[in-house]
Amino acid sequence: MYTMRRWSVRHARGLSAFYRGFEAAICGLHPLWKWIGYARLERPVAAAERAIKGLLFDCRMCGQCVLSSTGMSCPMNCPKNLRNGPCGGVRSDGCCEVRPEMKCVWHEAVAGSTRIPGGVEALRTVQPAIDRRLQGRSSWLRVARLRAGDPG
Amino acid sequence: MNFHDEPVPGYPLPILPGHTSPGRLERVLRAGEFAITSELAPPDSADPEEVYQRARLFDRYVDAINATDGSGANCHMSSLAVCALLTRVGYAPVMQISCRDRNRIAIQGDILGCAAMGVCNVLCLSGDGVQAGDHPQAAPVFDLDSMSLLSTARTLRDEHRFLSGRKITYAPRVLLGAAENPFAPPVEWRAQRLAKKVQAGAQFIQTQYCFDVPLLRSFLRQVEDLGLLGKVFILVGVGPLRSAKAAQWMRTHVPGLHIPDEVIARMAGAADAAREGRQVCIDLIQEIRSLPGVSGIHLMAYRQEDSIPEIVDRSGVLRGRIPWYPGRDAAPNSNRTLS
Repeated sequence: MYTMRRWSVRHARGLSAFYRGFEAAICGLHPLWKWIGYARLERPVAAAERAIKGLLFDCRMCGQCVLSSTGMSCPMNCPKNLRNGPCGGVRSDGCCEVRPEMKCVWHEAVAGSTRIPGGVEALRTVQPAIDRRLQGRSSWLRVARLRAGDPG
Repeated sequence: MNFHDEPVPGYPLPILPGHTSPGRLERVLRAGEFAITSELAPPDSADPEEVYQRARLFDRYVDAINATDGSGANCHMSSLAVCALLTRVGYAPVMQISCRDRNRIAIQGDILGCAAMGVCNVLCLSGDGVQAGDHPQAAPVFDLDSMSLLSTARTLRDEHRFLSGRKITYAPRVLLGAAENPFAPPVEWRAQRLAKKVQAGAQFIQTQYCFDVPLLRSFLRQVEDLGLLGKVFILVGVGPLRSAKAAQWMRTHVPGLHIPDEVIARMAGAADAAREGRQVCIDLIQEIRSLPGVSGIHLMAYRQEDSIPEIVDRSGVLRGRIPWYPGRDAAPNSNRTLS
């Protein structure tokens, strides 16, 4: 939802702080996830993630979330799927070249990143090419597993 | 301009220490010469002669020719094919690669292929959206973005491997370029984005059309503050406007193009608009050439290629230098000195 997405960027500071806490909780629960079984959890957790992040960020379930590095503006809403900054086609009013009715997600990301401590530095990180196999999968479970050093 | 170690003019050069490609463009840039690149509009045709006709328009005036890759998301002859034709006769092309139409498997194959055919410069672009062109029904690919494309090309060249990790036996020796638009929002972040591109592997950039020198200056100041001067060659995009009406049209329809009202007013007030357009371009070049961090210009004169000799000559940026072109050294009565 576009209005909600823009609200999230305006409240990037609070959301990112909450998100960090949430991430720590999810990662801390790794033993529980492992006990239940990551494979068994994948579908329900992915569905919950889709509902929550879909509402807040228009999440596209790329499965490799970089929201905290993009000012809480989801780069997968860019029609060109750019994960490393705005293209050269941004309109003078800051709107998208492809979808003129929408603010450029990177224009939003730059604004959002200034509201997050360390956000601008995070924006400078070069993001690697996306892994299309992860589309539709839960990014939360993936992070919990990776942090715990569990290759899966 | 001839290089002392040039075996046959127009053929690949030995790669000097500190150089990454056997190309003439890198030599010109690293020699500190003011470089000129231009853009060849690929034909809607399978006739190679149409490519050569268009290339000949640049003879004597440019150091490298960009072969565009479906620019504006319109279908034309492929940039790989245009480059193949150009290298056959010794031209120095810059192969543009857009992420819009091909995935990482196709793109990496093309980078190996173009280098095998003698292409020494690759420009990594995201590409215009499909909605802008003549096939809006097409699937937009965007498997990579310009940044991951740059780092992929650098991995091929410097680490001798594909993105998958699989080894290649002979690396593509290419100079890596990227585009930047200092004039599109968020302007305050454009220099940062350039820094990211340099980090990902960009060695030169060609900018979008510049009609606003103060904005360019502030971009270059930020570039300097980020410590990027000397790490990347900046070629500023310039080109002649045809009329005030054309300028208005471009401003509305070309994505990311910024033309200040003063420029349009100047065009509108001129008796001979096309002449004024060339004069605006020359004035811009002369203002831009002395800015710190500028290594040259990228001259875009779509459908006005015949104005390039006048613009380059009158701007005086080549200072008597004649960039190589097929047949240059056989030309009998050149009125300029070779250097």
